[in-house]
Amino acid sequence: MAKSSVTLETPAELRREPLVTNNRSLAWITEKVSTIVESPTPKWWLISLCITSPIALMGLCCIVYQISNGVGVWGENHPNGWAWDITNFVFWIGIGHAGTLISAILFLTRQKWRTSINRAAEAMTLFAVMCAGIFPAIHVGRFWNAYFLAPIPNANGIWPNFRSPLLWDVFAVSTYFSVSVLFWFVGLIPDLATLRDRAKSRFAKFIYGVFALGWRGSNRHWRHYEMAYLLLAGLSTPLVLSVHSIVSFDFATSILPGWHTTIFPPYFVAGAIFGGFAMVLTIMLPAARIFPQLNDLITRQHVDKMAKIILLTGSIVGYAYLMELFVAWYSGNKFEGFTFFTARAAADGKGWYQWAYWAMMFCNVISPQIFWFKAMRNNYIVVFVICQFVNIGMWFERFVIIVTSLAQDYLPSSWGHYSPSTTEILTFIGTFGIFLSLFLLFMRFLPMIAISEVKLVTPEADPHHGHSKH
Amino acid sequence: MSQHRKVYGLGAEFNSAADLMHAAEKIRDAGFAKWDVHTPFPVHGMDKAMGLGKSWLSAAVFCGGFTGALTGISLTTIPSFFLYPMIVDGKPYSWPTVPAFFPIIFELTVLFSAFTALFTLLLLNQLPKWYHPVFNWDRFKRATDDGFFLVIEARDAKFSESRTKALMEEIGGQNVTLIHD
Repeated sequence: MAKSSVTLETPAELRREPLVTNNRSLAWITEKVSTIVESPTPKWWLISLCITSPIALMGLCCIVYQISNGVGVWGENHPNGWAWDITNFVFWIGIGHAGTLISAILFLTRQKWRTSINRAAEAMTLFAVMCAGIFPAIHVGRFWNAYFLAPIPNANGIWPNFRSPLLWDVFAVSTYFSVSVLFWFVGLIPDLATLRDRAKSRFAKFIYGVFALGWRGSNRHWRHYEMAYLLLAGLSTPLVLSVHSIVSFDFATSILPGWHTTIFPPYFVAGAIFGGFAMVLTIMLPAARIFPQLNDLITRQHVDKMAKIILLTGSIVGYAYLMELFVAWYSGNKFEGFTFFTARAAADGKGWYQWAYWAMMFCNVISPQIFWFKAMRNNYIVVFVICQFVNIGMWFERFVIIVTSLAQDYLPSSWGHYSPSTTEILTFIGTFGIFLSLFLLFMRFLPMIAISEVKLVTPEADPHHGHSKH
Repeated sequence: MSQHRKVYGLGAEFNSAADLMHAAEKIRDAGFAKWDVHTPFPVHGMDKAMGLGKSWLSAAVFCGGFTGALTGISLTTIPSFFLYPMIVDGKPYSWPTVPAFFPIIFELTVLFSAFTALFTLLLLNQLPKWYHPVFNWDRFKRATDDGFFLVIEARDAKFSESRTKALMEEIGGQNVTLIHD
């Protein structure tokens, strides 16, 4: 094959780190990922589920209590019609953005390192969106009338208002969830077939077999499969950007100081990716520790890259915070000025929730700056701690936006303090139980790493591999 | 797998994606039509090696997206302009307010396209199909692990048990096996 005697070799400093370290074989990848599902139930898993499932149950009980007694069991009251409910909704839906970003946008931009984290990140997306969906559904008060959200003539032939961002939100979130499920499932089909072919028990073979749809790795199938995957990635990319933009319209189209701003869509999207990656790392770092056999698949390189994305999006969010302050001053609008410089940013005690603003500033803008240092990005403990700051900070961001604007708006006579009720706090904690329980079930029963996609990035998968023996 | 069952075809195993691709090129050039390769991951370049063109699934998805957009347009405009024009907060409700419908039209376009992509994928690949003769071949389990297989169907006009077997062995196929239906 060699046409000339000179072989061009990539200089050492330009060579990329391999995505799967230690030159593992295809069978090794199948084996290591599948055995997580096939091995007997580990003790840590049972213990974890015994902790998270009662928390989930507590959350469900709070929801039932709220539905049967009305929204009055929460702390929301005039003028704070929205508070923890919508804060939690935006918090969870924001977390749900990282999965699709990793699976769709990084796919289109040919970021091959995504393959070993996309499956778990997508699963996390689905569970986060489920948690998010709970809040708008129950905060409407009369839960049994939640179907009023649907585009049907619901009461007295009245249709919902199609010009309202709240209705756009219904379409955006439900489309996002449906498309994410499809994308996730299409990605799972070849791996379910792998589990089917390895299954020892008849029952496992049957269940995995049913969901694998009879996949047999045929190239005539892969041809359409790859096109479908590419199209789903192409569709999900604008979708993921639209969802949080539309969530931000819920605020931006109102006239409340602190909400009525054009910077919201990009600022929300950056914040969602920021918070989402922090949650991906929050889950992946312990998983990488529990399954040391995966250390050749989830490497330092992956953590390093995700930390860089957190640094980038955190800085975009920081820029947005500063720009909000600048515009509040430069516009000369008294009410904007009051919201930003008294209710939120100043520390003179005249605002009620300044501590929340500064907690947000510290967690989201200052703490991720440590990721400028490679040593910090490579230290899993530091990364994990910073991700917790980001999780907390992103929750506070939504709290600051919603509550400071509502509690102290135009007329001091209509101001009102807000503090959450116990039910409200327990409901929020309960959603963490739901989220973690679902994730534990996912880890136990489905391949948490996309086996066929990881194989594709190994040198063995390259059809030109082995032509020139180095 | 008794001998009186109908023969589905011949299967051969290859060592690597590269070997399989070269074998596929030879089978293509030999003029076979009803054959396939099975790999644990999509091998890039295999479509060309098999003489397959670009998947036209995208055309179906375009139609699905178009239907979604039309659904979105009808769903928003018909109730808002004709069935129940609603004045909210004294805001305008005439035709220049159409941009307020774009988010819903966009979301429905994406939703319909995504479902079309899934269903067209299943339709083109004739899935779900829980029984297939290749599953009768015990070595075939490795197709979802690290095996690279080539299967030529008996339905193919050029198929002959002895000559096709010889050809498969000649191009580097191992464990060439007769697969029964």
